[in-house]
Amino acid sequence: MYSYNEFDESYVRGRVAQFREQVSRRIDGSLTEDEFKPLRLMNGLYLQLHAYMLRVAVPYGTLNSIQMRQLATIAERWDKGYGHFTTRQNIQFNWPRLRDVPDMLDALADVGMHAIQTSGNCIRNVTADHFAGAAADEIEDPRPTAELLRQWSTDHPEFTYLPRKFKIAITGSPNDRAVTKAHDIGLRMVRNEAGEPGYEVIVGGGLGRTPMVGHVVRDFLPKADLLPYLEAVLSVYNLSGRRDNKYKARIKILVHETGAEKLKAQIETAFETIRSELTGPDAELVAAIEAAFAPPDFDNTRSVAFEEAVAADPLLRSFVETNVAEHKNPAYGIVTVSLKPVGGTPGDASAEQMRVLADLAERYGHDELRVSHEQNIILPHVRRADIAAVHAELKKAGLATANIGLISDIIACPGMDYCALATARSIPIAQEIAQRFDELKLEHEVGPLKIKISGCINACGHHHVGHIGILGLDRAGVENYQITLGGDGTETATIGERAGPGFSADEIVPAVERLVMAYLNLREGSDETFLQAYRRLGLSPFREALYPQEMQSHAA
Amino acid sequence: MARVFAPKIATANDLLEGDVVYFTANGVWSRLHGDAKVAHSPEEADTLLKAAEAFPLQVVGVYLADVALSESGAPQPVHFRETFRTRGPSNYFHGKQAVLSHV
Ligand code: SF4
Repeated sequence: MYSYNEFDESYVRGRVAQFREQVSRRIDGSLTEDEFKPLRLMNGLYLQLHAYMLRVAVPYGTLNSIQMRQLATIAERWDKGYGHFTTRQNIQFNWPRLRDVPDMLDALADVGMHAIQTSGNCIRNVTADHFAGAAADEIEDPRPTAELLRQWSTDHPEFTYLPRKFKIAITGSPNDRAVTKAHDIGLRMVRNEAGEPGYEVIVGGGLGRTPMVGHVVRDFLPKADLLPYLEAVLSVYNLSGRRDNKYKARIKILVHETGAEKLKAQIETAFETIRSELTGPDAELVAAIEAAFAPPDFDNTRSVAFEEAVAADPLLRSFVETNVAEHKNPAYGIVTVSLKPVGGTPGDASAEQMRVLADLAERYGHDELRVSHEQNIILPHVRRADIAAVHAELKKAGLATANIGLISDIIACPGMDYCALATARSIPIAQEIAQRFDELKLEHEVGPLKIKISGCINACGHHHVGHIGILGLDRAGVENYQITLGGDGTETATIGERAGPGFSADEIVPAVERLVMAYLNLREGSDETFLQAYRRLGLSPFREALYPQEMQSHAA
Repeated sequence: MARVFAPKIATANDLLEGDVVYFTANGVWSRLHGDAKVAHSPEEADTLLKAAEAFPLQVVGVYLADVALSESGAPQPVHFRETFRTRGPSNYFHGKQAVLSHV
């Protein structure tokens, strides 16, 4: 795994020392809140509804066991014994005290972690496919590229004060698990006719107030041209992106207002100039980064004992069916550990659970862990022969929920239980939906279905790309939930359509139930997923299920 | 049309802890919503806000929130956001609700 070099280490330590000073100057009154706020945000510290919140970057979602254990220690020592994993592959601590934050940051620096660039109008933590380096369908591990981008963007003088925040996602697989089309820049690894790997470059995607699917501006970008090309994109944006209106400042608006073709031409022109001046990163650096992500020493012995264990244990079988994905090495599997137990808070893990995950990674997983944007934890390299043992340990820790990709594997942002920007709560809605479908015992019958919930228009819960998206709003002082349908965050990315008027907190779960029942009645067979059925039938039969009274009054 | 004035209280977050606090008639900050001083007119609200803003070393983000008055005159939050702020998150028994259950 990549570990920080001396430059990173002293940079991060320097920043912590600086922030320690700033905190004490805030407390003694030498800094006003107006002066302090941008400084604390640059260090990942927000003031939320009930407390401060510290957002810690997990670059491209990759952690080792030492780091995960340190997160557990931080949760116990300075927080309330748990952490919340987010859709940006970060972790948030919900209850830090201002005075303790510099110590927390020091503890993070001890394991090569930090909270820099998790806020502000800069290039944020680069996210990547959570199956990177393990997926059977992968062209190349995207993390060396993500790490290169992290080094390039960290404290980049030209890109520290962009018109708005800037998010980059990358996947090395044709199957997009990193929602690349909903990022400011999305990179998808592809091969050209000669079979060489390069990137498809997508620009101008994003969710939030004005959701948009990104446009492909380059079908194939050779790997060596990546940095000059991205500099070109950023420089066009930096120059022409709108700074007059916060809501129009993201690059997606620039793409929309300028037109993709015209912007593409501007990027190409800028690229020609930049490429002649900037000779990519040096080959040694790239080689060193790639070496740091070299695949572990896989043990190729196959085991029949595994097949036997699966056949003998229905719980294990169900876990393997839903939570284990195909690994590029047939002797291995990718284990997704669900942080969505029925009735739990999506994305939360206790310190105890973090330690169990760290131990399992160390013992059975080549010391690797991943955080997914779907708020789960992944053990990317587990020998199939060890899956039964891993499952047994997970079960003991309350981490063996077999629901990946199913209706209770819900993304939910913190919403108004924590977030100061929220217009309604998200967590209780996720909990109630999971509980209801658990009572109905329908989850496996329903099959793949992604529900995503955001507590405000900022869309951290990715509701626009949920097959069923739920957006919590404040309608005249009452929580109200709006449904969107048919969204998709993969390579066939689609923004969901608004189904109609919103529902109150009491009505939203029955409304989701009616939708799912309608799907079960309408589908052509159990192979037709909710999304496929929706694409075949369109909104109207689902609308009828959502608003039966309205339909009756039309008929009358 | 002149809008009817809703009574108001001043609230903020504690600088060190981040916890929700309310400005009281004694000119100090309390963790309890019930302790909040109520402004009954726009003029009183202005005065209340000015007084509450004089504690930059104790609190952050002072603002006025609407309240309703119970029969005894005690302030009750009007908006659900303010109700949540009086107790803490709904998914865990953390924050104010936990602290208050100990007093
Ligand atoms: S979507 Fe809104 S409520 Fe949810 S975390 Fe983002 S800003 Fe907060």
